[in-house]
Amino acid sequence: MNAPLATTATRGVALDVRAVSKQFGERTVLDQLDLRLDRGEFVALVGRSGCGKSTLLRLIAGLETASSGDITADGKPHAQAQAQTRMMFQDARLLPWKTVLQNVGLGLPGDWKAAALNALAEVGLEEHAQKWPAQLSGGQRQRVALARALIHTPRLLLLDEPLGALDALTRIEMHQLIERVWQKHGFTVLLVTHDVQEAVALADRVILIEKGQIGLDQAVVLPRPRTRASHEFGALEEHILNRVLATPQSPISPSGLDAVVHFGALRWAQ
Amino acid sequence: MASRSASQRFARQITPWLVPALIVIAWQVASSLGRIDTRIMPSPFAVLKAGETLALSGELWTHLRISFVRAMLGFAIGGGIGLALGLITGLSRRGELALDSTVQMIRTIPPLALIPLVILWFGIDESAKLFLVAFGTLFPVYINTYHGIRSVDPGLVEMARSYGQRGWPLFRDVILPGALPSILVGVRFALGFAWILLIVAETISASSGIGYLATNAREFLQTDVVVLSILLYALLGKASDVVARLLERRWLRWNPAYQNV
Ligand SMILES: Nc1ncnc2c1ncn2[C@@H]1O[C@H](COP(=O)(O)OP(=O)(O)O)[C@@H](O)[C@H]1O
Ligand SMILES: [Mg+2]
Repeated sequence: MNAPLATTATRGVALDVRAVSKQFGERTVLDQLDLRLDRGEFVALVGRSGCGKSTLLRLIAGLETASSGDITADGKPHAQAQAQTRMMFQDARLLPWKTVLQNVGLGLPGDWKAAALNALAEVGLEEHAQKWPAQLSGGQRQRVALARALIHTPRLLLLDEPLGALDALTRIEMHQLIERVWQKHGFTVLLVTHDVQEAVALADRVILIEKGQIGLDQAVVLPRPRTRASHEFGALEEHILNRVLATPQSPISPSGLDAVVHFGALRWAQ
Repeated sequence: MASRSASQRFARQITPWLVPALIVIAWQVASSLGRIDTRIMPSPFAVLKAGETLALSGELWTHLRISFVRAMLGFAIGGGIGLALGLITGLSRRGELALDSTVQMIRTIPPLALIPLVILWFGIDESAKLFLVAFGTLFPVYINTYHGIRSVDPGLVEMARSYGQRGWPLFRDVILPGALPSILVGVRFALGFAWILLIVAETISASSGIGYLATNAREFLQTDVVVLSILLYALLGKASDVVARLLERRWLRWNPAYQNV
């Protein structure tokens, strides 16, 4: 059960989110949320759609500012650690007018070609270096986005449903790839996913966000690589899934399609 | 699709030319048979002949060059101003607030309505023609630059910012390439429009250029030269469209829509 992790937890950042709140207008999305990530830890965030997972990630990435509270990395204000943080989105966000290689080298000074080829080799795409992003499959594009993040040797990797749009087989390949690079580089990972199985397969801890706070903080103590078929895996997955389903829908979103159909656009935002 | 045979490809290239070729042949036959009065419409052969004479005397090249330079200079001035204004209003909210509604108001003036005023201001000077061409080409480039910049995928901009791109690198690597398809549409529009405006300007008042060639020939009832001038305008317009398309294919080759056009 308690097999030691292969991770060398020195490269990763220790992240501390303290009493962070975020309001959009009247609506409070995050309410005094506290979250700690150890160095090199892999944490998955789950929760109902619209519960504020992306908002939390964007706050940590510095793409948005919190209404109150602080975020520190290794005890220093996180704003100073932006260069050590990389984020991946559901869409790969590759620049379509740059080749795969140029995308990986985006924003790098000096002679970055060799490093970019290395990063591509790490995700198994070096032979596609000269292609346009439009010529790749969805899974390949996400791998390029991963290479683009890796080349900066990040200490914190933020993943916002990066596999949400991929087919089941490609997802499993991507799980293996993400686990491998995480174990090799030892960065800290915060992964948002709507797939509880994915969370259990990859994370050291699975965290549920509900009502703007942490509703469940579940350690996953299963040896890696994890086999989905095992009894413990299935039990844990079911436990978390039931907990997610028990959360009421966030008050802002319509409780079902009926409401939308009957009241039309007028009630949409109520 | 990829391995289309050579003869099929040949047929594909030839077919669009069949109808124009038939029209020219019918026109020549009708002229030779005396069915068309050559004072109203010269035969294709006569037009070619007129072209040869003017080419040999050197007159043709002089007028062609002058018209070409006028169109390009006018386009460069108008397109340049349009691009600069579009960049300002596209990139900055304050620039948009200060300038966009003014430009939109001026845009509603049809350039040809300005002709009397332009003649009053500039006489039949070179600057009158340049002004008219520049005025007409400014707006297509402006509008398409502005909209091109505004429609750049915000997700890409956010991604680039989170990778530390700011200022000039952000503009060069993300915003400009993202706006380029739209800007090039504006350029193509503007080039087409430049020729139309130049024709009018040169026909009304000029002592050189293809428009002058046509007006002058009209006074001496040289219909062959008149038709030749019209065809020259068509050729020049077509040539600038081809150049604009080549630019699109070169600069937008990353875009699947432009790879096999
Ligand atoms: N920029 C914004 N302006 C207003 N409301 C926003 C903004 N971003 C997110 N929200 C709202 O915040 C809530 C949480 O969104 P998000 O964090 O994207 O949820 P998810 O958990 O699905 O990723 C949603 O109700 C969304 O409508
Ligand atoms: Mg989200």
